[in-house]
Amino acid sequence: MRVIKLDKTKLVEYLRSLEEWGEVWGPVRKGEKFVFAKKDPSEFDLTARRTILPPKKFFVPPRFTMFSYRDGRWEEEFDESRRIIFGLHPCDIFGILILDRLFMEHYPDPYYIKRRKNTAILGFSCLPDEKCFCIATNTHSVEEGFDLFFSDVEGEFYLVWVGSSLGDDLTRIREDLFDEDVTEEDIERYIEWRRKRDKMFKTDLDLTGMPEIVEISYKRPIWEKIGEACLSCGSCSMVCPTCNCYNVVDENVFYEERIKRDRHWDSCMFKEYSLVAGGHNFREKRSDRLKLFYTHKLTGFMSQFGKPACVGCGRCVDACPVGINVPNVAKALKGEKVDAIWARGEE
Amino acid sequence: MNPYEMQRARIVRIYRLTDDVKFFQVRPYMGTEVCELNYRPGQFMMISLPGIGEAPFSISSTPSRPGLYEFCIRKVGRLTEKIFELKENAVIWLRGPYGNGFPVEQMEGHDLLIIMGGLGAAPLRSLLLYALDNRELFGKIYLLHGARTPDDMLFREEFLELMHRDDLVCLLTVDRDDTGRWPAYTGVVTELFRYVKGIDPKNTYAAVCGPPVMYKFVVEKLVELQIPKNQILMTLERRMKCGIGKCGHCAIEYIYTCLDGPVFTYWDVLHMKELI
Ligand SMILES: Cc1cc2nc3c(=O)[nH]c(=O)nc-3n(C[C@H](O)[C@H](O)[C@H](O)COP(=O)(O)OP(=O)(O)OC[C@H]3O[C@@H](n4cnc5c(N)ncnc54)[C@H](O)[C@@H]3O)c2cc1C
Ligand code: SF4
Ligand code: SF4
Ligand code: FES
Repeated sequence: MRVIKLDKTKLVEYLRSLEEWGEVWGPVRKGEKFVFAKKDPSEFDLTARRTILPPKKFFVPPRFTMFSYRDGRWEEEFDESRRIIFGLHPCDIFGILILDRLFMEHYPDPYYIKRRKNTAILGFSCLPDEKCFCIATNTHSVEEGFDLFFSDVEGEFYLVWVGSSLGDDLTRIREDLFDEDVTEEDIERYIEWRRKRDKMFKTDLDLTGMPEIVEISYKRPIWEKIGEACLSCGSCSMVCPTCNCYNVVDENVFYEERIKRDRHWDSCMFKEYSLVAGGHNFREKRSDRLKLFYTHKLTGFMSQFGKPACVGCGRCVDACPVGINVPNVAKALKGEKVDAIWARGEE
Repeated sequence: MNPYEMQRARIVRIYRLTDDVKFFQVRPYMGTEVCELNYRPGQFMMISLPGIGEAPFSISSTPSRPGLYEFCIRKVGRLTEKIFELKENAVIWLRGPYGNGFPVEQMEGHDLLIIMGGLGAAPLRSLLLYALDNRELFGKIYLLHGARTPDDMLFREEFLELMHRDDLVCLLTVDRDDTGRWPAYTGVVTELFRYVKGIDPKNTYAAVCGPPVMYKFVVEKLVELQIPKNQILMTLERRMKCGIGKCGHCAIEYIYTCLDGPVFTYWDVLHMKELI
């Protein structure tokens, strides 16, 4: 992989120059949290941790129109905008790679693919906070899935990894800002930075053996306990970078004399999710719905892709009002002490 | 190719099967010739009406009779009510076929037990007709079909006709006969097993589809008959929004019913926790 350097003081100038290719989006502060927004790059917050919504919103927006039906014909509707997303962390890039498998192999989804092809991914290195556990899911370093990746090592330069031919093109837009000369010192700094970063993780989560543990725990009463606490609010699946479930609805737009077929995010935590004709519900109980979510996150999802879909971003830790999240559930299944309301009185 | 794109089709004929089930013959718009339709028994299509929505329906016809898709639709909600209001010649939209379908090549050379209840007749009629159209490829064929009353039995007339054929054993039963004119059995479907004779269990495939309660009792009988668990096939229903492994609705553990099903073996069912 081509690795080059960018003077840290030139980052904003460089990102602005990319507006020639497409809209430039990056992480900005919103209260205590962060969101991806289309702003002037000077407003991007380089210390940003997880954004409220993961980057899946760029590829499968919360709601979008697939078709319009007019004069007896269905017409496809595509989002043609080109976007550059700056500031994606390794966990989020892994999340995109997982969605890629789902949406791009086997019945390729043209809505996803079009947005994916029109989006440049500019990763940015990060330092973990107390909620991050990507080190436990082994998603703390990426080697693929980005066009450019900026490593914020100590010193005056970012190390920039060129991950694709598009990434290469993007560096050529302002070739003058980059420096090809990666020195021995830069390499040592990078290695040192990684060492330091890995030591910063506060998580003690160990996910080894988790698929088997989830498998044999299927009937354990602990699920009922967790289920009793769950509010079925769906926040966990909305914020999760690898949750992809959706619903399809038709809507009559009378004033435009068309009908649109829209797709919007859905959650397996909602009760109606598995309801079928005759009122039979395959997952009546909240505990049953949680089991599906946690099987996907900790064991595997998609028969062809038998790997757990959790990338350790910590968003469910942030989002769940009652402390049901991957670290807590995994620990509870392993019989470790968990600090959540539903886990009290366990010992 | 957009896999969500629908194909325009025309309803050619409509028959009423029971009070709440109608039978639709549907022809895709593809010129005037009778076209081969490429699908397997046990597969399903997504049917949609603009402004109402889309839902999965089993194909009831067999690919061995080209030109038409046949569906058997029960009125249960918004979309199916609208489909019920349609008249012959109306346009509907299709995409598919989806799902794995029955492994018919593997099933060749075997005896077949086809056991249906309620709407389970929809996918299994496809398999049955396919086997009858390719009669020389299969061993003995048994059809076991149960309904509450004669009026509730889907394809009643069609199946009563089959009772006269000597190349299959057609066992029909109703829980209750109010008409006094029912020419076949009364009792629950599992009671029909006593008439199943002379099959070679190791060389038999059983296909079951019906309401959830039926599976348990029928499977017990099949296991008693010593049919290998991986030769007991069942088609399962789940909520489905895409049919192509994207929307997540039909997920069972890490399996998607729309891709890896809807046909599963009893062996799969024993290994997957929530299958039935
Ligand atoms: C593989 C497969 C094959 C099927 N084959 C047939 C068939 O041959 N004939 C037939 O009549 N029906 C079949 N169904 C069921 C059929 O898809 C539903 O009855 C239909 O979706 C109901 O749509 P609706 O808009 O009329 O009902 P709605 O107004 O949406 O709801 C009415 C009831 O149906 C349930 N429901 C909604 N969507 C679905 C769904 N996608 N799947 C199951 N239940 C749902 C609701 O929870 C509710 O209880 C099949 C389903 C599957 C998954
Ligand atoms: S399960 Fe939680 S930590 Fe894992 S990827 Fe989803 S939101 Fe992030
Ligand atoms: S965020 Fe928490 S409470 Fe809400 S559905 Fe998810 S697990 Fe349940
Ligand atoms: S129906 Fe959408 S994933 Fe199976």
